[in-house]
Amino acid sequence: MLGVALLVFREVLEAALIVTVVAAATRGVARRGTFIGGGIALGVIGAIVVAIFAGAIEEAVGGSGQELFNASVLLAAVVMIGWHVTWMSSHGKEMVRHMQQVTDSVKAGSSSVAMLLAVVALAVLREGSEIVLFLYGMAASGAGRLGLVAGVPLGLAGGVAVGFALYFGLLRIPIRHFFTATNWMLVLLAAGLASTAAGFLIQANWLPAWGNQLWNTSWLLGNGSLVGQALHVLVGYEARPAGMQLVFWLVTATVLFTGMRLVSHRMAARKQAQPAARSTVPTETATTG
Amino acid sequence: MIMKFRFSPARGTKILLLALLVAALPFAAAAAGIPEFDLTIRNHRFEPAILKVPANTKFKVRVTNRDSTPSEFESNDFNREKIVLPGNSITVFIGPLKPGKYKFFDDFHQDTGQGVLVVE
Repeated sequence: MLGVALLVFREVLEAALIVTVVAAATRGVARRGTFIGGGIALGVIGAIVVAIFAGAIEEAVGGSGQELFNASVLLAAVVMIGWHVTWMSSHGKEMVRHMQQVTDSVKAGSSSVAMLLAVVALAVLREGSEIVLFLYGMAASGAGRLGLVAGVPLGLAGGVAVGFALYFGLLRIPIRHFFTATNWMLVLLAAGLASTAAGFLIQANWLPAWGNQLWNTSWLLGNGSLVGQALHVLVGYEARPAGMQLVFWLVTATVLFTGMRLVSHRMAARKQAQPAARSTVPTETATTG
Repeated sequence: MIMKFRFSPARGTKILLLALLVAALPFAAAAAGIPEFDLTIRNHRFEPAILKVPANTKFKVRVTNRDSTPSEFESNDFNREKIVLPGNSITVFIGPLKPGKYKFFDDFHQDTGQGVLVVE
């Protein structure tokens, strides 16, 4: 039973941490619960579909299907997070000011929130498909029905509990720093996902490693430990990273950080120009109305 | 709104990552001539449980699952994970590794599925 609970817990934990960061980053967005719930539901359906077609996925690309599928899912999530953080840089401050309100900017940004729904779905899909295959194996072998019945809810509850703990921890961040903090977490999360994607492409021999094990900090914190695993998801921690993984991490972090900066600078410039533009608004509404 | 269409760092990221992939394509062709080693999963155990591989060279391990349930070939020591469906084989590229012992396991059957790569 403990074995089942532990495996389910570890997989759920990975998805739960990503969902938590997304939930925090979309704080105050209208119908956020529906978005995240929908993302999770889509992810669960996706996980079952992926598990069913696991064999076909593997054989699709000359025996590297699994790696390419994982890398694509991860990189898609990176792009979506990138889109969101740059959008947040332009609207985050307004969201802070109008917490709990459906402002125009939040409405306009619903496409960005939809991106995060997809990130949630992809995270659940990736980790969930492993759980589905594992549970299928357990059920098929007929061994330990009790283990399944007791272990699955236990592992699920444990993983979700850690997610909630992190969420309520994040809520303690003062509101004026809140979205800066969640944006940074999203950037680190995306950098870590990109690094993991690079790992899969190295495993499939699609990318050179550029130094297979650049350093080894497993004596300090192993990727098999729970803390190591949590940090792997949140910031992309690897005890023994390949050079190429470091490159992916750095490129992603730099691109997203620069994107965030550029957009917030432009927004600041627009804000200064706004008083002049505002005077034209009433005349426009008068002519259209 | 206009903003979003004019400036798209997301697209930039995508282009950059694509460029990295394209740059790596010729590399994938050089996969031939890499030494291959075999592992079999039977009764949720690895055969052999101790696999000797050469140091400082890239190699591939072919894992065949003879059980009727899925397994996952995984290692934290050499950073690999791949699901092996029942009756199927997978190939994983590993290394180059420095001499030493590197543990691997079957993530779905950890109580029995344990093995070691002895790199020398």
